[in-house]
Amino acid sequence: MFGFTRAQSIAFVVMLALIVICPFVLYPVFLMRVLCMALFACAFNLMLGYVGLLSFGHAAYFGMGSYVAAWTMKFWHLDASLSIILAGLTGAFLGLCLGYLAIRRSGIYFAMITLALAQMIYFFCLEAPFTGGEDGIQQVPRGKMLGFIDLSNDMTMYWVVAAIFLGGFLLIHRIIHSPFGQVLKGIRENEPRTTSLGYRTDDYKLIAFVLSCGLAGVAGGTKALVFGIATLTDVNYPMSGEVVLMTLLGGLGTVFGPVAGSAILMTMENYLAEFGAWVTVTQGVIFMVCVLAFRRGVVGEIANLLRWKL
Amino acid sequence: MMTIFGYPAPLLYGQILLGLINGAFYAMLSLGLAVIFGMLNIINFAHGALFMMGAFCSWMLLNYVGIGYFWSLLLAPLIIGAFGIVLEKTIISRLYKLDHLYGLLLTFGLALVIEGLFRNAYGSSGMPYRIPDALQGATNLGFMYMPNYRGWVVIAAAVVCFSTWALIEKTSLGATLRAATENAPLVQAFGVNVPRLITLTYGGGVALAAFAGVLAAPIYSVNPNMGTNFINTAFAVVVIGGMGSIMGSIVTGFALGVIEGMTKVFWPQASATVVFLVMVIILLTRPRGLFGKAA
Amino acid sequence: MTLSRRQVLTAAATLPALAATVPARAQTPTLKIGVLNDQSGPYTNTGGKTSVICAQQALEDFGVSSKGMNVEVIAADHQNKPDLAVSIVRQWFDRDGVDMLLDVPTSSVALAVQSVAREKNKVYLNSGAATSDLTGEACSPNFIHWTYDTYMLAKSTGAAMVKAGGDSWYFLTADYAFGKKLQFDTTALVQASGGKVNGSSAYPFPGTTDFSSFLLQAQASRAKVLGLANAGADTVNSIKQAAEFGVNNSMKLAALLMFITDVHALGLATAQGLNLTESFYWDLNDRTRAFTNRVKAKTPNNWPNMVHAGCYSATLHYLKVAHDMGVAEAKKSGVETVARMKKMPVEDDCFGKTTIREDGRNLTPAYLFEVKKPSESKGPWDYFKLVASTPGDQAYRPMSEGHCPFIKS
Repeated sequence: MFGFTRAQSIAFVVMLALIVICPFVLYPVFLMRVLCMALFACAFNLMLGYVGLLSFGHAAYFGMGSYVAAWTMKFWHLDASLSIILAGLTGAFLGLCLGYLAIRRSGIYFAMITLALAQMIYFFCLEAPFTGGEDGIQQVPRGKMLGFIDLSNDMTMYWVVAAIFLGGFLLIHRIIHSPFGQVLKGIRENEPRTTSLGYRTDDYKLIAFVLSCGLAGVAGGTKALVFGIATLTDVNYPMSGEVVLMTLLGGLGTVFGPVAGSAILMTMENYLAEFGAWVTVTQGVIFMVCVLAFRRGVVGEIANLLRWKL
Repeated sequence: MMTIFGYPAPLLYGQILLGLINGAFYAMLSLGLAVIFGMLNIINFAHGALFMMGAFCSWMLLNYVGIGYFWSLLLAPLIIGAFGIVLEKTIISRLYKLDHLYGLLLTFGLALVIEGLFRNAYGSSGMPYRIPDALQGATNLGFMYMPNYRGWVVIAAAVVCFSTWALIEKTSLGATLRAATENAPLVQAFGVNVPRLITLTYGGGVALAAFAGVLAAPIYSVNPNMGTNFINTAFAVVVIGGMGSIMGSIVTGFALGVIEGMTKVFWPQASATVVFLVMVIILLTRPRGLFGKAA
Repeated sequence: MTLSRRQVLTAAATLPALAATVPARAQTPTLKIGVLNDQSGPYTNTGGKTSVICAQQALEDFGVSSKGMNVEVIAADHQNKPDLAVSIVRQWFDRDGVDMLLDVPTSSVALAVQSVAREKNKVYLNSGAATSDLTGEACSPNFIHWTYDTYMLAKSTGAAMVKAGGDSWYFLTADYAFGKKLQFDTTALVQASGGKVNGSSAYPFPGTTDFSSFLLQAQASRAKVLGLANAGADTVNSIKQAAEFGVNNSMKLAALLMFITDVHALGLATAQGLNLTESFYWDLNDRTRAFTNRVKAKTPNNWPNMVHAGCYSATLHYLKVAHDMGVAEAKKSGVETVARMKKMPVEDDCFGKTTIREDGRNLTPAYLFEVKKPSESKGPWDYFKLVASTPGDQAYRPMSEGHCPFIKS
């Protein structure tokens, strides 16, 4: 089913069960945030875990998706589904433009360039009138999904968000487990050899980048609708750093890693929220620990222990 | 009054001068980054945080120990440089065998830790640091009042930058450093202690950042976020100048400061973005950077 | 797949046990007050912990325990981020049972939480934010703007400067809701008094600590007055740097929003002669002195400014009304409680007697102060001399000009 291995199918069902049960026990708005960030992290993992390129400015696509969804909902009164699709398309288009510039380099250079380009987007958002600068776009209505599902109820919104997340998650998985995905893995393992096999690796990398940015845009758009606000925080580089951390913590190159990473990180932030700057310190410490000693991440270590492929 | 493109000339000269001052900070910070990247192949994301530590160090020296500005210019880089050496020996050296990306991620995490700790201890609004008495006051240059302190910053930065460049490019120590980057085992075979050289280089780069921090303290008010404001532009400068090129970082740093200053006159809203625009143009036309060697 | 099916069944079986989470409360209802402000950024001293202390002082002065009321005060740091504030406030209202939201400085944040408070029908009393839009286009029936706003500041400080000969202005503006609104309101006033605006510079907020380039542009504009449309640490830094660049040789500085806490940070040597408007000053009369004596021991390094006094006053009035209605009734509807608050006359040690207008504007008086010279100051925090005062009913924008949607004019 969907190309999952047996172990992955079990994990998928567990995840599904958790998605169904948790909103009755935990705060739905918090869970919606986890799901949006998890989708963002999965999209990011497509680049880092499977193509091997660290995009250090992924928040730009997330944030622009967020702004576009907020704007279209507030001023054009579109259907929620259209807004989110537009958000995804914005992310993808932006990914195409910036990716075209960045793909020419790889490794560290790619990371630096994506970071600098994302900062450019941040400053653009800071100045552009439509983003509302420091105020952001506020009082964004949730509107209706597909014309009839009223999203103002938190629980209804939750199920919609969960559906979007699962759709995105399965889409990413399908991309990975396809001939296209195999070429991507080949690029990650040994790019010169893949080129010598006749594949135009730059094109493959760009397509993967566009897909990743598009899904990041969808995640951003959904988040804007959940919270009714789109601000500069969504495009700024700490957000980029957070998604890297989530993926790293959860497990690079695993299917469920980013989801686990998102859940862990969001929970930690929630608990530490009263302590202000300790959140930043803890994030930094986790980063360092993960890089030095825990490179496989939570899901990666579990997979390694059980000798499964998660 | 003379006008250029409709703007009063004094305003333009004033902005150029301010641009040079900003450029001085960009140059020093990207110089440290370039040195560390050139020698160690590590993107030191913690550079901004170390810059901030330099500023805080001078503030602490003044408020807790009573040591003034000019001594801080010497002491703060030494103290923070020593801290950098400890960092390198304990944490960063473990990354040399790994993919370069891990270096980026580790130093990013390090930056978060340092900034978070300082923000916890001192809040975000900033601590005042007085301009030292010797540099108080302003000189009337005719077209603007230039605060003496800011003029001092430009001169001090230029001196330090060009000294560093001379050290690396023109001395035998610098030659050994450059050789060690190219081919470490061979240089070690000559009897040079390469790991120690690398450690000292990292310490040196960090000391440069701390020096910039001390210079910045009276102008920007010592606060935990001061590093982040500069570091992103510094990265752009390094990319434009050519990653690993020392002269590239210095020249590009000053030049971009001036470009930014001019943009503030003609198109203020774009002033923050113009650096990245230049970077995009360079990436499209000359990907290795203005002074970089072919990748 | 049997394993996973069993897992799912087990999970389903535990569901009923988990669903019975929150039992019905049978004990005395607790009134919960949430103080949301900036505790680590540029507005830390303007609001921060001192606001919480003043709110708690109101509890003490009202005598909540002797009146048998259960009241709790909690606080959080919004870091000047609208999205973070929205998240905190949602959680406060949904999960933590907060009934009244207090302080909320930073106009962009104040506006962002306005819609959440309205959606959840809770009481929202804002002391810290400035934008007059809060009682204008963004007004709400469960909201009261307690202490001051941009219009009142523009009228008091701006008009005084224009009268004193400052008829051409250049603005240094913090680029967000507050700065822009302050510039807007002051511009209208300057122009109405016959002055003109030569130009303005909007700088990114928060994060800008170097104003040198904007100050140069201000000097080049040849305006007579430099209007500082910013607050907190930004105002302190811009005044210091203006002195550095010799701006005060050619221009007068108008600190459109400045608190006694900022003067304390600047020091009298730099701040002397500045004109500013506040609706409260600790040394104004016997009642304000009495209030300050009660709180200053708890916050010795940060004496109360008008924002802190506003938190005290708003909380005290809220408690009076809640006691009158009964706590359970007061918790039910924000709109109802605020309507009662508007009907009951307001009186306390900080502002004396004031009235709350239908659009949610509390009509506090506006006092124009001048900062004393160092030689004129006789004791700690002895910083101001009173220059002029405008009574509350004249200090604010007339309700008819506000375009508040729920006011039928």
